[in-house]
Amino acid sequence: MSNEIEPIKDPGLPAHVHRQADSDPIAARRAERQVAILFGLSAIGTLLLIFSYIFIKSDKYIFIPVIGETGAQQFGLGMGMAIALFCIGAGAIHWAKTLMPDEEVIAQRHEFRSDDEDRADFVKTVKAGASAAGLGRRPLIKRSLGAALGLAGLTPLLLLRDLGPLPKDNLQKTSWKAGTRLVTDPGDRPIRPEDLEVGAVAQTLPELAPGEERTLNNIGKDAVLLIRLRPEEFNLDAERLSWTHEGIIAFSKICSHMGCAVALYEQQTKHLLCPCHQSTFDVTRAAKVIFGPAARPLPQLAITVDANGYLVAKQPFTEPIGPSFWERSS
Amino acid sequence: MKRLSRLRRHRAAGPLLLIFALFTIGTTFQVASAVNSDTTTVAARSATIDEGKQLFLKGCSSCHGINAEGGGIAPSLIGVGAASVDFQVGTGRMPMADMSTQAMRKKPVYNAEQVNALATYVASLAPGPAVPTDAVLNYERDGSVAQGGELFRTNCAMCHNFAAQGGALTQGKYAPTLMGVEPKHIYEAMITGPQSMPVFSDKTITPAEKLSIIKWIKAAQNEPQLAGSSLGRVGPVTEGLLVWTLGIGLLIGVAVWLAMKAR
Repeated sequence: MSNEIEPIKDPGLPAHVHRQADSDPIAARRAERQVAILFGLSAIGTLLLIFSYIFIKSDKYIFIPVIGETGAQQFGLGMGMAIALFCIGAGAIHWAKTLMPDEEVIAQRHEFRSDDEDRADFVKTVKAGASAAGLGRRPLIKRSLGAALGLAGLTPLLLLRDLGPLPKDNLQKTSWKAGTRLVTDPGDRPIRPEDLEVGAVAQTLPELAPGEERTLNNIGKDAVLLIRLRPEEFNLDAERLSWTHEGIIAFSKICSHMGCAVALYEQQTKHLLCPCHQSTFDVTRAAKVIFGPAARPLPQLAITVDANGYLVAKQPFTEPIGPSFWERSS
Repeated sequence: MKRLSRLRRHRAAGPLLLIFALFTIGTTFQVASAVNSDTTTVAARSATIDEGKQLFLKGCSSCHGINAEGGGIAPSLIGVGAASVDFQVGTGRMPMADMSTQAMRKKPVYNAEQVNALATYVASLAPGPAVPTDAVLNYERDGSVAQGGELFRTNCAMCHNFAAQGGALTQGKYAPTLMGVEPKHIYEAMITGPQSMPVFSDKTITPAEKLSIIKWIKAAQNEPQLAGSSLGRVGPVTEGLLVWTLGIGLLIGVAVWLAMKAR
């Protein structure tokens, strides 16, 4: 009696099953017809596309079930192209699967290494080339080539530098200065405190000096939201309270998380929402973050009125507005 | 005392009293009718106010208080103005169906005449924003679609969606869709700030600019759908979902077919 375990026999590949089309001429002809039909459909699809492009007016609408009222030309173009491309692919695959040769072939892999003779030959050729060029004997060429290559390597540095000027203190500062009037966005009209009822909001930008132009970059930094509450609803420290004016409080509209425009103001809860990541700020507590990923309250702009009774900034923002960046001081 | 009772029994007492009574009634009637003939609209107005008050006492006072002074569950309506009432009741938001987070738009409970009566009554309590007249609301003539679009993107789009389809706020509250809302109600919402919505004052967004916003909303509503179903016009979410389910499902089907051996 032997304790040896019989090794499991290699089961080998399963027997090759031939397709119907290989043995049955009728099935082969049927497969051929199917492939031809698919290619034919593709041709019809292309014709539909050409027809839609030339003959269907772009303002004609048709009703398609599920999709609804649809521009007829767009529908024809899209369906035509979809049918044309899909049926070429489907026909080719069906052809390959049913009619092209179905033999199983075993191909052996070759070694990648060249044989020794070829390798020795290569080394000899390179050495001969190097000595013919005379690199060793002509140091002038060698050095000047080195200098040329090294300088050429500087090019990408210059081009990368050209991607933009360094931000300087643009991230730290906005256009708001002491005495800058708040004007409506859009419309550029100055605002008086009495223009805002309790519960009102206004989207504002700093007033432009004559001849000055508003750039998108500046709008993206300077946007300020004015909100009017009842003064007794505030829950602010003395300094922040002095930054408000008769219940009107001003915040940067740029979210301290990712810089989206925070302007979803819920009048009843006095909450400001950011539409991007649902950061929620409590207006009565100087935009304290009460929900969401924002790390800091929205910067508050100190406001007051000027001699003509218009709302103006009392001072610039005391901290950089918007999301964090490396050099941000706080 | 004796003298008074003697006078009372005097022969002339009856006729004299009768003449006095007739004179008083006549004078009173004359004064009253003079007032009426001079200011019939005031009388009609006060009748409307009375009707509104009756409707208010029956339908609204249980929450808003007998004198619209408000209560623990409902705000005071003194000074909210006719526009506010016309918006809340005219769109069916008030009376509320239940005390959920937000009053929803539904089929109005009161007809136009009753809404007018309620609005007139509430406006009579204290001055507030008035219902805009049809002459004011000629947005087709006075509005500009381009200006309206700019204003909408700055002031409205963050809550109501860039295509005015509405969007979510916090804790179940939402900004409703603006599709199919009457111009009058859009205007009233802007000047009164119903529920979560802030007020947009006439100085920061002028009446003409408000009409531009309305014109833009109507233009967005009537915009043709070249590509068929709008998928809610809420942006990449539904479109992406459709591509991920239908499109990738189709690709998986094709991949399975590719790998299948032909029989």
